[in-house]
Order: sequence, then structure tokens, then C-alpha cells
Amino acid sequence: MVATPPELSITRRNARTGERLIVNALFACAVLSIAVTVGIIAVLLVDTVEFFRESSIVKFLTGTVWAPGQGAGVDGLYGVWPLINGTLMIGVGAILVGLPLGVLTAIYLSEYASSRVRRVLKPTLEILAGIPTVVVGFFALQFITPSLLRPIFGTDRVFIFNAAAGSIAVGLMILPIIASISEDAMRAVPSSLREAAFGLGSTRRQVSLRVVVPAALSGIAASVILGFSRAVGETMAVTIAAGNSPKMTLNFFESIQTLTASIAQTVNGEVAAGTVRYNALFALGMTLFLMTLAMNLISARIVRRYRQVYA
Amino acid sequence: MTAATDVLAPSTLRRGASRTGAKIALDIVFSVVLFVGTIVGVVALVTLIWTIFDNGWERLVADPGGFLTSYVSRFPARAGIKAALIGSAYLMVLTALFCFPIGVGAAVYLEEFAPRNRVTNFVEANIANLAGVPSVVYGLLGLGIFVRFLQMGPSLLAGALTLAVMSLPVIIVAAREAVRAVPQSIRLGAYALGATKWQTVRRQVLPAAMPGTLTGTILALSRAIGETAPLLVIGLPIVIFSFPNDLRDPVSALPLLIFDWTSRPQPAFAEAAAAASIVLLALLLAMNAVAIFLRNRYTIRW
Repeated sequence: MVATPPELSITRRNARTGERLIVNALFACAVLSIAVTVGIIAVLLVDTVEFFRESSIVKFLTGTVWAPGQGAGVDGLYGVWPLINGTLMIGVGAILVGLPLGVLTAIYLSEYASSRVRRVLKPTLEILAGIPTVVVGFFALQFITPSLLRPIFGTDRVFIFNAAAGSIAVGLMILPIIASISEDAMRAVPSSLREAAFGLGSTRRQVSLRVVVPAALSGIAASVILGFSRAVGETMAVTIAAGNSPKMTLNFFESIQTLTASIAQTVNGEVAAGTVRYNALFALGMTLFLMTLAMNLISARIVRRYRQVYA
Repeated sequence: MTAATDVLAPSTLRRGASRTGAKIALDIVFSVVLFVGTIVGVVALVTLIWTIFDNGWERLVADPGGFLTSYVSRFPARAGIKAALIGSAYLMVLTALFCFPIGVGAAVYLEEFAPRNRVTNFVEANIANLAGVPSVVYGLLGLGIFVRFLQMGPSLLAGALTLAVMSLPVIIVAAREAVRAVPQSIRLGAYALGATKWQTVRRQVLPAAMPGTLTGTILALSRAIGETAPLLVIGLPIVIFSFPNDLRDPVSALPLLIFDWTSRPQPAFAEAAAAASIVLLALLLAMNAVAIFLRNRYTIRW
């Protein structure tokens, strides 16, 4: 009688020790994500520091010529601005395509479309988002440049590899992101606001443009920043379609090079580990990581703020 | 009062009438603009798929057996996708083995066990940020840690680990949503019958959340299998004439081959790239179909 309770308590304690082990294992799974972030930063930092030991950080951050040397002994010019220039061109170009189309799609889906149309349109846009980037790049090279840009703007003006084709391709890739986040923001606008506007005699257009879009503006802004961040991080479509010529230009019909394309080009050329050019990869990766991180954080902050308004 | 209305009525009506005309015209223009803007995305998708089929269909159907079962070649007519296709399958299975248990474990912890404190908030913010890191940066992570530091080389193991790390945040988010969708009454019922917390999660919550989790995992894998940049960065080979027998053997992948063929000047290679793209799109479509089937067939409506 006296012996039973301790026995029971022992088995229960054993069960709890087992559970605690499991919970610890689950906790380890969740914390692994922090290890990934630490890993990314460590990997980028180590070789970036190595790179700046051999090539000056001031030249990197202010230089306007990117002409990496080919071998281990050959020093090159490592000014990052041509690549940032190319990256921003693709980002801005993609937004010029993706923002109007994405927001129009979002207004249509949220305010105009019947639920039947929405059931067809939304999965279709998801398919567009799911096309592998290398296939989109092929499409840009084989269709957008020869069959769309060249007939309109002239074959002699539009290079085979050009920033415009890359921008359109990336713009189509971020369209579903902008459309779906903007639509979520628009649907979060309380219907009482719409009903009040309708009650004052507004048409559907006026309700959409003067009530829903202004109320959802922060969500739309967040989607655009996120879309821009995706465009900046996109690699294959721009490598294939926009070319590999790092230069300071604003001409969208010329060949350019983005940060991502420069990384892809370097690794594709089998560069030996430890050379300046190899270490430069990580400096470019760090630049890219910081740019996208900053934009993702801004976007997340805006989303959090607009959720507080209606929730 | 009546006098005032009488005085105001005619002019107000007239102005109102002309405005209404313009208003209706604007309304029609706006709805047309909206519809056209929405349709552009669909037209782009159709044009993309048409371009791929227009370029690659003849190459694929001319000798489908030969295309699927030949290795790469300098001669586009003889080139096939065998090693890349099998390599992609190996990568996909191994990636799933790595990231599915860890992703589900993390999701279950965050939804069921995590205390509301700073550590949890930090982990959550961190996962959200990881989901936004460009895939090429994951490639640099794989190159620095798996290929060089852990000396795996450009191998099947390094490729699968890189893709797994990249897919992890996506799977965690999907699994969390599935776990959250399980109603509280199920948990409370299990507790009332004397189940411990883990027993409840293991026997009730996880099985109920499994269809949603699997759907999310398949969608994440279909994205991973279409990725080129991380595999390119860790240096997986394109020209390869064997299958991996070991985790440390080199492996190739379908998107890498498509990239290589797209970059070549000969039109015949562009056709081969389009034909390989058709195979890749078919593979992704099949995976998505399985995901939708799982979602519709097994998801429990509470």
C-alpha cells in the first residue's frame, strides 16, 4: 500500500522524462533555423573579410568598374556599382510590370470577380508563380526579346540580351506575389466601409479606388517591397535573358549584369577556391543578403502595422 | 423648405445628370482596364507554355524514348536527359527525407509546445526572414558549409542538404498552418481521456494535420526541384554519365541541364532545352496534382 504510490510516481516521472526529451528534440528542430541564419552570415562574412583583405572595401563600395581578374595572381577591378545598377534596373523594371498588373488583378479579384471566376483565376496565377525560373528565362530569351521587344522597338536597338526582357520576365514572376498579398489586404478592409460608400451613392469603381485601395495601401506597399526583394534576388531568368555585361547604363535595351547573375557567371566558370575572384562571390552574396533582408524586414513591419488597424 | 428644394432642384439635377453620364463611362472604362490587366497574367502564362511546346514538342515526340534515356552529348540530336532526370529524382527524395521530419518537428514545437517568450518570437521572425533569402544565397551557404567546410564536394548529399535548408522555412509555415487548423476540442478530448501532451500530439494532432502538411511539403519540393541557382553555385556537374551509387557521388539535375542548353548558341540545343522544360513542367504538374488530390481527398473538414 505504501509501496504503490512511489512506483506510480516513478513510471510517471519516466514518461515525463521521455516527453521532455521529445520536446527538446522538437525544440532543436525549431532552433535549427537559427543555425541556418548563423551559417549564412558566417559563410558570407568569412570570405567577405578575406576578400576585403586583398581588395579594398572602399574600392568595392565606390568603384564603377566590375572587371574581375581571371586567375589567382591576376588582380581585377572590383567596383560593385555596375552590378547594383543592373540589379536596381531589373528591380525597378520588374515593379513597373508587376505593380500595375498585380494591383489591377488584386482589385479585380477582390472587388469585381464572381467566386467562380476567382476559383479559376487564383490557381492559374499560382501556376505562373510555380514555373521554374530557368524556364521563364528561356521564355524571355526565345519569345520576349525576339517576338515582343524587337518587333516593337527595332532589332537594331534591342540587344539579344537586354535588361527589358529580364525585367518583363521577373515582373511576370512577381505579379502573383503582388496580386495575392494586395488582394489579402483588400479583402481585410471591413465591408462596412464599402457599404457606407455604396450608401452614399458611389459606384463600384469609386468604392474600389477611393475606399478599398486607400484602406489597403500599406498592404499593397508591403507586397511591392516584397516583390522588389524577390526581383533583386532572382537569378536564372536575368542570367539567361539580361546578359552578363556589368556596366553603368540606364538603357533597358542593352545587356547588363545583376549581382545574382555575376555570382552565377563566376561559379559557372569554375573559379578555384581561395582566389580573389572566388572570395568576391561572397562579398556579392553579402551585398545581396543585406539588400533583401532590409526590404523583407520593412515589408514585414508594414504588414504587421496594417494588421493592427483592422484586427 | 419646399421653396428651397424647388430653387435648388433643377440645377442640381442637371449637374448630376451630366456627371452620371461621365461616371458610367468611367465605370465601364475602369472595369475594362481591370479585366485586361488581370488577363495579361493569364495570357503571359499561356504564351510561355505555348513557346515551350512550340520549341520543344517536335524534339520530344520525335524520339521520346531516346530523349529520356540518353546521356548528354555534344551533338544536340543525340543529347538526352537521362542523368539529369534521375539526378533530380534522387535529389528530391533525399531533400524530402532531410527537411520533412525537421520541418514538421519545428512546426509542432512552435504550435504546441513553445512558450510565448522572446526566444519563440525570435525563432518565428527568423523563419520568416529565411523564407525571403534569395536561393542563390542558399547556394553560397551550401558551397561554404557542405561542399568546402564539411568536405562533401559537389555531391548528391551536398545538393540535397542545400535544397533541404532552402525548403525548410516553406515546409515549417505549411505544417504550422495544418497543425493550427486542428480544432482545440480534439486536444481537450484527448487530455480528458488521460493522454499526456505528447500522446495527444502524436496520436491526434499529427495524424489530423498530416494531409495539409504533406500538401505543403510536396509544393515546397516542387519548388526546390525547379531551382537552378543553388545547385549551380555548389558546383553540381552538368555533363555526367552515371547515377550516384553513394551520397558522395556527383549528381546532375534537370534545371541545370536546361540552363546549360539554353546558354548554347545552336538552335538545336534550344529545342532540346524546351523539350527538357516540357518534361520538367510535366513533373511539376504531376506533383501539384498529387498535392491537390491529397488536400481534397484526405483533409478533414471539422
